[in-house]
Amino acid sequence: MTRGVSLAINGTVYERTIDVRMLLSDFIRHEAGLTGTHVGCEHGICGACTVQLDGLPVRSCTLLAIQAQRHQVRTVEALAGTDGELNALQRSFQASHALQCGFCTPGLLMSLEPLIASSPPLRHEDVVEVIAGHLCRCTGYQQVVEAVLGCQRDG
Amino acid sequence: MKPPPFEYYEAGSIEEALTLLAESGEDAKVLAGGQSLIPLMTFRLVRPEVIVDINRLDELARIEDADDGALRVGALVRQAEAERSDAIARRAPLLRQALHHVAHVQIRNRGTVGGSVAHADPAAELPSAILSADATLVARSLRGERSINADDFFTSHYATALADDELLVALEIPASPPRTGTAFEEYARRRGDYAVSGAAVSITLDADGDCTRARVTLLASAEVPLRARAAEAALIGRAVDEEAARDAAAQAIAEDTGDGTFGGSDYRRDVTEAICARAIRVAGVHAAGRAQ
Repeated sequence: MTRGVSLAINGTVYERTIDVRMLLSDFIRHEAGLTGTHVGCEHGICGACTVQLDGLPVRSCTLLAIQAQRHQVRTVEALAGTDGELNALQRSFQASHALQCGFCTPGLLMSLEPLIASSPPLRHEDVVEVIAGHLCRCTGYQQVVEAVLGCQRDG
Repeated sequence: MKPPPFEYYEAGSIEEALTLLAESGEDAKVLAGGQSLIPLMTFRLVRPEVIVDINRLDELARIEDADDGALRVGALVRQAEAERSDAIARRAPLLRQALHHVAHVQIRNRGTVGGSVAHADPAAELPSAILSADATLVARSLRGERSINADDFFTSHYATALADDELLVALEIPASPPRTGTAFEEYARRRGDYAVSGAAVSITLDADGDCTRARVTLLASAEVPLRARAAEAALIGRAVDEEAARDAAAQAIAEDTGDGTFGGSDYRRDVTEAICARAIRVAGVHAAGRAQ
């Protein structure tokens, strides 16, 4: 079964005719051409596909693309400026060496961005609660925590 | 892998959803949060011919008062919202305690309270929590609406008393008696993993501090959330101290869970006993705290 859909991703509307079983992760990567969102386990566990739906971090691999209509989808491509300048969280990741291969990184950034904006000063356990939903094989996570705490401290 | 082909319909009203379910019967699956259903389809463990997306049905996403003083939680309430809800914290604390253990925050942003209950995974947190909370499930079809006690709701692995044409619309959680404390304990290899074992407990004490009512439900201990009735009986009439908690947990293992439950694993049996005792003890302490 195919349907015409209209998806708003990073403020741009993408109109496509798709099979209704297409996952949002595949729409983002193959229809919208935004390959910053990565696909790992494809069943909601690893977190690599995490994007924001109306500002909330969600797994794009457990959403059908057609379900994202009438919502705002935001992906990692929205973080850097139009001139490619990294945002504060990305710079903090860089400074804290919070990425190596980079495969899990976009998902982490999309989960962590709303956390930075939350008002009380973050504690270690607040960050761990959020990154518990992400698998990283490279960093051991400590540098990710430091990047987030550092970003809130400096920002 | 990718989901197999299906027909997709987005219900614009409850009536429309119920009509689709009545027409499609066992060929249809309801899509709410999709955090269980979509991976099942991606793994091709289920192949529904029809998907009925209910995410537009805002009237099912409310937390409000039921007529009889119970708290009515709409089936479509997102787990993350339920976790933040003041009403649930005050009036259905066991639900909130259980929600902290459900997967990860990213899953809870989409997953729904009703979806987890209707999915009826015996290792999941919410089915056991609502059982110990004496909840009632409200189901609706074109034939009308009915209430189902949580005790009668879970029939087998991933199976409930819902008919093919029925939609779970709400959970109703009755007010707890005074001096009631609750606790939810779970053991998983990592936080957010599927539970190896867990217990949802509600304890009510009288003015002397003796237990008058106990609900002990074990996750991952049977093909359904398991009410440990021998454990509950062992608590009645006594103070819920360390010894009482251990005795009750031992009863749970001896009487309520079968040999086949743990797959011959002494480890899982030991963990279940310890988790059960801990949850009973913590609930007892909270209940005693409420007396002040």
